[in-house]
Amino acid sequence: MLDRTRVFEILGTVPDPEVPAISVVELGIVRDAAIAADGAVTVTITPTYSGCPAMFEIEKDIRMALTAAGVPRVEVRTVLAPAWTTDWIGPEAREKLRRYGIAPPGKADQGGLVTLTRAHAPVVCPFCGSSETELRSEFGSTACKAIHVCRSCRQPFDEFKAI
Amino acid sequence: MTTPVGEEGGIAPGEATDVIGSRPVAAPRARTVDNALFEYLLRLGDDRLVLGHRMSEWTGHGPILEEDIATANIALDLIGQAASILRLAGEVEGAGRDEDALAYFREGVQFRNCLLVEQPKGDFGDTMVRQFLFDAHSVLIWDALARAGHGSLAAIAAKALKEDKYHLRHSSEWVVRLGDGTDESRARVQHSLDALWRYTGELFDHDAVDAAVAADGIAVDPSALRSRWDAIVNDVLARATLTRPADGTMQIGGRRGRHTEHLGHLLTTMQIVARSHPGATW
Repeated sequence: MLDRTRVFEILGTVPDPEVPAISVVELGIVRDAAIAADGAVTVTITPTYSGCPAMFEIEKDIRMALTAAGVPRVEVRTVLAPAWTTDWIGPEAREKLRRYGIAPPGKADQGGLVTLTRAHAPVVCPFCGSSETELRSEFGSTACKAIHVCRSCRQPFDEFKAI
Repeated sequence: MTTPVGEEGGIAPGEATDVIGSRPVAAPRARTVDNALFEYLLRLGDDRLVLGHRMSEWTGHGPILEEDIATANIALDLIGQAASILRLAGEVEGAGRDEDALAYFREGVQFRNCLLVEQPKGDFGDTMVRQFLFDAHSVLIWDALARAGHGSLAAIAAKALKEDKYHLRHSSEWVVRLGDGTDESRARVQHSLDALWRYTGELFDHDAVDAAVAADGIAVDPSALRSRWDAIVNDVLARATLTRPADGTMQIGGRRGRHTEHLGHLLTTMQIVARSHPGATW
């Protein structure tokens, strides 16, 4: 029978389907894991965005990884509160994102409802390290990413947007 | 041991029964609040489902690649929010309907969305003006619901609020860019604004459903959000050099199932696959 630490180690090998550079644990999607007396595991996950189409895939991947490790029964339940935030992504995972070519998220906005101007620090190009970058769109290839272009190396790149 | 009548498995004489769910209901008052909450959730959910569908009509047709992606992303957020809300509505109703049953197997007269969201997408300016008028309202609704007294609804609201703040910034920027743009773009979005304004009054309309959920601490009275919505809208319209239309006669009816002809056309497209192949999975 697996203990909680081992369950988290296994879940730490499950990559996010859309951002495979980091695991579903590093992304903060896995909120908890409970092990029953008979060895069954209940994993609690939370979606990044309300309409994130990867949630079904993530649930399936979690089941497969734990079943492969000998867990007799896996239950995956979804919670919405507390709402997912990029602030849960730790320093190591941020470095992995950068090496993968995705600028890591800044601090999540705690400000007012209406923020017509963006006040956050310039997004640093993950390829050349330049701060001379330009936002193209706050909506990118997935719900969680924004599109930028580096004015120094001319490389377009994704930013994991703070939320 | 025998099970006394009135405990599990039996219904005490004179006790109210919920015919649809065929299970005993404890207090008539709770049922009344549940009915109001169900209606309220349909309004919230249908607004986002219908608007999400309208936004998805831009997928593959965006004026530039970035906007094709942005509108698809926003549509996805809205439909995801609708799924969460309608799932909760189905649980509150207790008749065994899930979010798919509510989305795909209701008729137009059973939809509770406001008229604003069902209007055709029009040109890109029409879409962005409509989205802006809605987003400015939506962030206020979510902000209030996130702090109100219904746990599941507050959780959905707190999540959706984060998403809608991005939507509002996006739509506001486009209203400013097009309004304070060329003579052509300015004239066209002013026309969009004039044409859509008659549907904004419904956002603040309130009836017995709103009163019931507000009295129960679950939600806010929509009319209480008016001054804050005015402040957001006036600020953006001023930056956009657009003229705020006068409040003339407002078109309402969506909350009671009286829709414009456009909803029926939208539903035929949205519902045909689910209705042609009920229960299909892939």
